[in-house]
Amino acid sequence: MNAFRQLLKRDVMLTFREGGAVGTALGFYVMVITLLPLGIGPDLNLLARIAPGLLWVALMLAALLSLGRLFETDLEDGSLDVLATAGLPLEAVAAVKCLAHWLGTAVPLVIMAPVLGLLLNLPLDAYLPLVMSMLVGTPAVSFVGGIGAALTLKARRGGMLIALLMLPLFVPTLIFGIETVAGAVVDSGAFWPSFLILSAISLASIVLAPLAIAAALRLQVQ
Amino acid sequence: MKLVADGLTLVRGTRTLQSGLSFSVDRGTALLVTGANGVGKSTLLRAIAGLFPASAGRVRLDGAADPDAIAEAAHYFGHLNAVKSGMTVEENTRFWCGYLGGKAQNVLAALETFGLLPLRDIPAGYLSAGQKRRLGLARLLVAERPVWLLDEPATSLDVASQAVVANVVNRHLAAGGIVLAATHVPLGLSPATELALKAAA
Repeated sequence: MNAFRQLLKRDVMLTFREGGAVGTALGFYVMVITLLPLGIGPDLNLLARIAPGLLWVALMLAALLSLGRLFETDLEDGSLDVLATAGLPLEAVAAVKCLAHWLGTAVPLVIMAPVLGLLLNLPLDAYLPLVMSMLVGTPAVSFVGGIGAALTLKARRGGMLIALLMLPLFVPTLIFGIETVAGAVVDSGAFWPSFLILSAISLASIVLAPLAIAAALRLQVQ
Repeated sequence: MKLVADGLTLVRGTRTLQSGLSFSVDRGTALLVTGANGVGKSTLLRAIAGLFPASAGRVRLDGAADPDAIAEAAHYFGHLNAVKSGMTVEENTRFWCGYLGGKAQNVLAALETFGLLPLRDIPAGYLSAGQKRRLGLARLLVAERPVWLLDEPATSLDVASQAVVANVVNRHLAAGGIVLAATHVPLGLSPATELALKAAA
């Protein structure tokens, strides 16, 4: 358990200290959401209707941007060899690294989302569902994205490849994430069904993705 | 305790690096793995550490609680130092100490041994290649493991530091440890036997 905590602490600390990954993701998110209303035009009703979708899609792409580095730095400096041989099972290492990505990158993006919602005229009663759906849905992005990051580890500039490989697996998260927010705006009773499915997707990814990631990493460290 | 390799066959892609390799290393002795570039020295160490699956044969640690769990009883020290440039010298060593389950008081002693104590608050990214190598080696001392797998441990070290490394490894041997070192230079280890790898036919 101590090894688990140490690794998590190190990874979150490095995310904030090296800054690049979080900065790029947040910058990308702000940029996309700032530019969209300019491109779409000042139709406030239209913006309010598409706001949940835009916020979710942009958040997912922003998180994907930083996933490429998830295992890359550890591979480059040899830490992955040591992590793979000692201390924790590789499955647990994978889970810690995804959890650190969630804490260090996804959570700051989620905190940013309501602020950006202002720019898109997001209806007032959608803010709480938005933040809740994102908090519950983003673990699926970090963990499933981790599979892509592990598979493309030795492919130089594999970032885009991760997005392509993992796109089909992100679709359910996206659909139910947006549905949670959109449903809540129309009728407050529509919030729970989508929200619960979204939670189920996240929980399943948290359990299953580390197994796939560890299998991919074992091939990569050979 | 004794490390025994039995009929180890190492294949990378379509190339057979070594076939039917057998050797044993007793406690308190070092095995120097020598041979030309590309002959499979690093692959052999990675296979023993469990990072690379051998196509045939097995390695076991006789006298250990679980003879097959060599990785848990070993320090793998490869070409790369496993040092994070974004963390200070001390943070790097403290992290590995905590992760590998070592005692916290070993950290400063390990840095002292490798002459890194004055640099403890400097980010590891600012260190020279040799200093980084020494910081990597400090990991060996923070947590106790009977088996050390060292891949070119003396790379980029100056003469004084090479002597420190030889000293540290000899002390480990004297305490009953097992060392496997892939090397091109005489490391000054004793007692040591040599395993000269030749390219498989």
